[in-house]
Amino acid sequence: MNAVIKLDDIRKTYHTGEVDVQAVRKVSLEIHPGEFVAIMGASGSGKSTLMNILGCLDRPTGGRYSLDGIDVSQLSTDELADIRNQKIGFVFQGFNLLSRTSALENVELPMLYARQHMHSYELREKALHALGVVSLTDRADHHPSQLSGGQQQRVAIARALVNQPALVLADEPTGNLDSRTSVEIMGVFQQLNDRGITIVMVTHEPDIARFTKRSVVMSDGHVVSDTPVTDRLFAGPELERLHSLLDPALQTQ
Amino acid sequence: MRILVTIKTALRALRRNKMRSVLTALGIIIGVGAVITMVGIGNGAKAQIEAQIASLGQNVILIFSGSVTRTGVHSGHGGAGTLTVEDAEAMRREIPGVMAVSPELRSAAQVAAGNQNWLPQILGEGPDYFDIRQWPLVEGSPFTPLDVRGATKVAVIGKTTAQQLYGDESPIGQIVRIKNVPFTIVGLLSSKGLSVMGSDQDDVLVVPYTSAMKRVLGTTTLRSIMVQAADAKLLPVVQQQITELLRQRHRIQPGRDDDFTVRGQQDIAEMATAQSKTMTILLGAIASVSLIVGGIGIMNIMLVSVTERTREIGIRMAVGAHANDILLQFLTEAITLSSIGGVIGIAMGVGASKIISLSLDWPTLIPVVWVVVAFLFSAAVGIFFGFYPARKASKLDPIDALRYE
Ligand SMILES: Nc1ncnc2c1ncn2[C@@H]1O[C@H](COP(=O)(O)OP(=O)(O)OP(=O)(O)O)[C@@H](O)[C@H]1O
Ligand SMILES: [Mg+2]
Repeated sequence: MNAVIKLDDIRKTYHTGEVDVQAVRKVSLEIHPGEFVAIMGASGSGKSTLMNILGCLDRPTGGRYSLDGIDVSQLSTDELADIRNQKIGFVFQGFNLLSRTSALENVELPMLYARQHMHSYELREKALHALGVVSLTDRADHHPSQLSGGQQQRVAIARALVNQPALVLADEPTGNLDSRTSVEIMGVFQQLNDRGITIVMVTHEPDIARFTKRSVVMSDGHVVSDTPVTDRLFAGPELERLHSLLDPALQTQ
Repeated sequence: MRILVTIKTALRALRRNKMRSVLTALGIIIGVGAVITMVGIGNGAKAQIEAQIASLGQNVILIFSGSVTRTGVHSGHGGAGTLTVEDAEAMRREIPGVMAVSPELRSAAQVAAGNQNWLPQILGEGPDYFDIRQWPLVEGSPFTPLDVRGATKVAVIGKTTAQQLYGDESPIGQIVRIKNVPFTIVGLLSSKGLSVMGSDQDDVLVVPYTSAMKRVLGTTTLRSIMVQAADAKLLPVVQQQITELLRQRHRIQPGRDDDFTVRGQQDIAEMATAQSKTMTILLGAIASVSLIVGGIGIMNIMLVSVTERTREIGIRMAVGAHANDILLQFLTEAITLSSIGGVIGIAMGVGASKIISLSLDWPTLIPVVWVVVAFLFSAAVGIFFGFYPARKASKLDPIDALRYE
């Protein structure tokens, strides 16, 4: 099978003042359809930088990046925007929802910029469906400020899914969430992955990485290890385990 | 289709910040409102002046005693006149294009009727005066050439003067004493309203010019001569011939100044409208400046708005918005602000004109084309001043915008 993501010698150097920061140096990587990859590494190791390049939000300073067989470095700004719109769903650590706009409208946003025009009832239907996938249909009219962190992240995931991309990229999607909510989010990702969506996710929590299928570790801009996950966790049983741990505590109250 | 969505997005952003939107549009509202009010007043004044010029009579030429010399001194006007009755007779006799002539004298004088006193304008005129000025009588009849020859003590009275002296009573047959000389009133003039210069044209007593010279003013010269040309096309020729005739009669050497001034109706009209034109231009300039200031206000707020919403811009770009989508969104906000401001401004301008019209009894007139121009101009202000902030927003880099705190 052809790789969804193919990186050859990708480099990213930030020029800030006197010193040049080499955030990513010579990364080569292939990710195939249906994979669920965790990118791990210490703070400052270049994970977010790499992720932004993968998401076509940023351009590498060197190397070649093919997405679905397309050489992305040759594309114009608008063509990159179309790629972000159609092929990629991006989930941010800080959610990045539009405040003062309902969950439903946040999810509709990528469809507003889709090439093909959709009627408002169509937008609504698709957005509600995406919210259904993350089990948040009942909060469709709530604004981000009226939602918990986990719920906001689920809205962001619904937004990433709404244009039915083949690739979902998530930069520390559980970074702002407690462990139980994190497991819930991983459950959503595992479901999506089971449906064939390729997922690449940054995390620095080893426990969270165990929900994925493959773990890539970065250090100082390099990939230092790339191994399959052997002791994989599944969100369903894990949630039950957390529940049973919590239950006796509730009963003693 | 994306355009509709973009416009909707822009309108929502404006509604979310109602107070700010209104304050931002205020500059445009005041600017457009001022323009419309000024145009209304200016045009109303112009229409009124034109009506007054027309009320002067048709194809009229006025010849004044004295002249505006090269040094700008207006000599001999009024006082010791240089025009004589013989000059007037000569014009009638020798210039074929002249249809009617009326020698004129003018003075403000104390008049009395019974125990009522008043100070109207006393006009000494020829019998053709009423025809030249197209000024019909509502009662009685004008004086005749016979009255002129005999310097008869008869007078035709204006509406205002009649009202002051006799109230609602008919003035016909009544005696009025001008400087203690008793005149019999033979006719009552219809109302002519205010003159170009703003004086009440109905506050007059018109007497034969001979009577004015001999019995009231005691003078042998005229203040002016009113001439009516047979045709509008003849006006320049007749004006020229009058000048030549008078220079010859007054024995003025070539190269010396005239001792009289010839003014066509058009000259008078131009003098009167020049003033109101200057006013209109001046006020229009002030209004334009306030429009520009309003535009800068919009630009300022749009720049603030772009900075405030950098993250929103980043999010939109991250999910697939093109630079043009962002440009259009912010440009639409600016245009909407300015054109709504324009519409409100037009409404306020029309309202202000109406109020001025009613309270000052001053006519106002707003041509539809000006309303359209004002609206298009305010929209253009939005495009012009909104473009820079919108472009700035569209040039943002998605990653930088998302990182913005
Ligand atoms: N916009 C920027 N300008 C300059 N240097 C940058 C910029 N963004 C990141 N860097 C530098 O690049 C390096 C990698 O940063 P990056 O954000 O990719 O790290 P990370 O692995 O995501 O870290 P964390 O786990 O803390 O999020 C860091 O040394 C950082 O200081
Ligand atoms: Mg990071």
